[in-house]
Amino acid sequence: MSRPVPMAPTSLWEDALTAATLLAIDPAGLQGAVIRARFGEVRDRWQAHCRAALPKDSPMRRMPIGVPDGRLLGGLDLAATLKAGRPIAERGLLVEVDGGLLILAMAERMPAAMAARLTAVLDNGEVALERDGLARRTPSRFGLIAYDEGDGPDEAAPAALVERLAFLIDLEPVRDQEAEAWPLDASEVLAARERLGSIDCDPDLISAICGTAMALGVASVRAPILALRAARAAAALAGRDAVTEADATLASRLVLAPRATRLPPKEQDEAPPPPEPENQEQAESDPPQENDQTIDQPLEDRVLEAATAAIPARLLSEMGLIGAGSRRKGSAGRAGAALKSTLRGRPIGARAGQPGGGARLNVIETLRAAAPWQRLRRATGQPKQSGAQVYVRKEDFRVTRFKARMETTAIFLVDASGSSALNRLAEVKGAVELLLADCYVRRDSVAVLAFRGRAAELVLPPTRSLVRAKRSLAALPGGGGTPLAIGIDAAFALADAIKRKGQTPVVIILTDGQANVSREGIGGRAKAGEDALAAARQARLAGVTTLLVDSAPRPQAQAQKLAAEMGARYLALPYANAGLLNAAVRSTVAS
Amino acid sequence: MGNQSTSSGSPGSVGSDNAGSASIGSAKPVFPFSAIVGQDEIKQALLISAVDPSVGGVLALGDRGTGKSTAIRALAALLPANSAVVGCRYGCDPKASKSACDAACTAREGAKEPKSILVPVPVVDLPLGATEDRVVGALDLERALTDGVKAFEPGLLARAHRGFLYIDEVNLLEDHIVDLLLDVAASGENLVEREGLSLRHPARFVLVGTGNPEEGELRPQLLDRFGLAVEVKTPTDLATRVDVVRRRDAFERDPTAFLATWAVKDAEIRDRILAGRKRLPKVKFPDKALEKAAALCIALGTDGLRGELTLMRAARALAALEGDMTAGDAHLRRIATSALRHRLRRNPLDDSDATVRVDRAVREVFDA
Repeated sequence: MSRPVPMAPTSLWEDALTAATLLAIDPAGLQGAVIRARFGEVRDRWQAHCRAALPKDSPMRRMPIGVPDGRLLGGLDLAATLKAGRPIAERGLLVEVDGGLLILAMAERMPAAMAARLTAVLDNGEVALERDGLARRTPSRFGLIAYDEGDGPDEAAPAALVERLAFLIDLEPVRDQEAEAWPLDASEVLAARERLGSIDCDPDLISAICGTAMALGVASVRAPILALRAARAAAALAGRDAVTEADATLASRLVLAPRATRLPPKEQDEAPPPPEPENQEQAESDPPQENDQTIDQPLEDRVLEAATAAIPARLLSEMGLIGAGSRRKGSAGRAGAALKSTLRGRPIGARAGQPGGGARLNVIETLRAAAPWQRLRRATGQPKQSGAQVYVRKEDFRVTRFKARMETTAIFLVDASGSSALNRLAEVKGAVELLLADCYVRRDSVAVLAFRGRAAELVLPPTRSLVRAKRSLAALPGGGGTPLAIGIDAAFALADAIKRKGQTPVVIILTDGQANVSREGIGGRAKAGEDALAAARQARLAGVTTLLVDSAPRPQAQAQKLAAEMGARYLALPYANAGLLNAAVRSTVAS
Repeated sequence: MGNQSTSSGSPGSVGSDNAGSASIGSAKPVFPFSAIVGQDEIKQALLISAVDPSVGGVLALGDRGTGKSTAIRALAALLPANSAVVGCRYGCDPKASKSACDAACTAREGAKEPKSILVPVPVVDLPLGATEDRVVGALDLERALTDGVKAFEPGLLARAHRGFLYIDEVNLLEDHIVDLLLDVAASGENLVEREGLSLRHPARFVLVGTGNPEEGELRPQLLDRFGLAVEVKTPTDLATRVDVVRRRDAFERDPTAFLATWAVKDAEIRDRILAGRKRLPKVKFPDKALEKAAALCIALGTDGLRGELTLMRAARALAALEGDMTAGDAHLRRIATSALRHRLRRNPLDDSDATVRVDRAVREVFDA
């Protein structure tokens, strides 16, 4: 196999191509890859390599992000059903792609519920269809290539997908000129597929892979299972009949290293030899004679070391910043909330009626309504409609009913400055949690903004998840100045964004009203107070329901004036507890 | 399989139990229940609900990749068969009174006891993306279009009768489907009023749900329908993890051989379930234990009496499962966390999680 000289000790590009080849060998076992890359030349070439590696008759299909369930899972093929006069099922995308690769662009926009449909098929190896009067299970096993085009840690592919796809590859640092094509003999992949079923693996290597996963802080047990499958595929590609250490090393590098949440504890007595380029190079293709220099290390350490060396730089910096275990815990992309606004409420069944004027024809229900009359209508000698198999009349028409309800998002603007923090922060945290408990009864969201020092920070983006809320709230620090104006601006900017999504924002401000940092971030009570009042006047124009809770031990005129300026309800709660606060907010939200 | 054979008859092998059924894992081999490493809490909860369905369903929440679904699918492959009325489309119990099955069921004619047949326990998957008509049942479109007959096509709720209804990622289930479930799970009966059809049929099932709490919370009404709630955690010691990976690997390499290795152990568990069911009606629950259960619920401030009821039923089922004729403190202690952790009122000022709070209360009540 000829290959270009790698650009770096471990060329990202080469690893990416290796991963693509392994994926082509065992798409169903490895289940796919998350590729961090924007649309472009590098991504195209990588995908072309996948196509070249995949056997000719294996399908490769693109999945649009907003694909409806009927197209994704399958359903009733209306055109064919009407023509034939009997129900005809339409094959879903997930069935069509059996044996091949499914390509998903903008994976970071995928809502959790859509990801769950995919993971169900990945886990069970079959598409379970229970739709439109059809019930069937169709085996389907495929690999998923998810392109993550997200910006920063808030936007990432759904964690449930990342968890199941073997390879996480960052193509962003790869430049166009690095991304050379790698000549590939498709027959090698076919031969490897043949061999895959009969490849042995030494139990010690399994232990080494598990040990590496643990040392890198990879919590899920799926990761070592995927790494083991990758090692088998690598052995098959190399033409071996058993997994060697080189295969295990490669698999750990490709599967485990990108999932690392911590660095393995360093042992003092060992100065790890720097990974040499040739070493990596040979490790992929040749039997492991090159390990002479490290042969005195235990197996597990060698695998671990190779994996550690391959932890992407981006990951290392993230680990340093936010500590172990908290990376990308967010559930799904941001699309969930935005998607809902495109619906006009949820469908709640159908009723008889004429389509048009905003009412949508519900074809399935219309057919159902027409169905029992078919024989009669045929018999009563209607003028023979040309080719018509189904007699549908006007009175059969059914339109979908929607229950439109604006989702409410309660935005808490919390004064976390030194003056407020001591007394009230715990209460605020409690109230937010209580509210959240309420909110998922009504399916509403909660967001928390905090301001202190010189800035306002979005502590909790709009969410319904109590787990997430608790985690972010627990980490909310207090202390510093009171940049009230900045906080108010931030809260109403968020409220505006929420309005644009078609939801209803409600702003709840908890402060003592003692502003002492101006909009420009400069200290000084007079200017800060003016700015706060100016911000309040602007906020009034937004027309958002607002509640101002005065949290000062002795209620002050300032806070009251502020509330008047922004047209907010004012509530003085000098000795409030979380429960009382919750009751007050509830009444505001409900009003 | 003969009529009237009691369910304690020789249980078939893992494969044959599921043959021909439309339930989970009918087509492909299922990882054996006995080969699951650790995860004692979820295994215990599932076995309890297999012995006594009236305990209520099982909700398993936890980290990704911990084998929640595996455990449930494994249980499906293990369950001893039900005996059902021959020809009854809802698989009704031959011993039940006639009224249990609706008029649409014509299998039961005359006064004599109907013929029965052994059928696999249904473990029905409710996939995300299922439409309402498939869940509750609807007009049979095929027959309607071809023959012009107005016939009822039973849905998933009908199929799950006397078995299990399994929802993976239950917290992502669409609201309108949840509403349907809530109603049926409470009444044990599915009322169909659509497309000119009007009928009711029994739908008593054990609701089993799994999910990851990070992807969204469960609605409290749905949470309340589950008898037991278990937490599934990733194993953190290396030996266990290596075991998990090795067994999973061995299963994938050669499912048939792997199943054969574990068949005996699976059969033992099946026998335990059967023996437990037989013993259950005779297991005593003394007043003293009931007092303890009540004290525990008071200490935790759970709403209503569901907490006590679940504690009692689950403790009794556990005792039956383990061959004890009296349920006592030992059993209560072991099921308290599963039975109560999802019934606590949220107390935002007490940040400790529900498991810790229940454990604390258990120590206070039982060690006092």
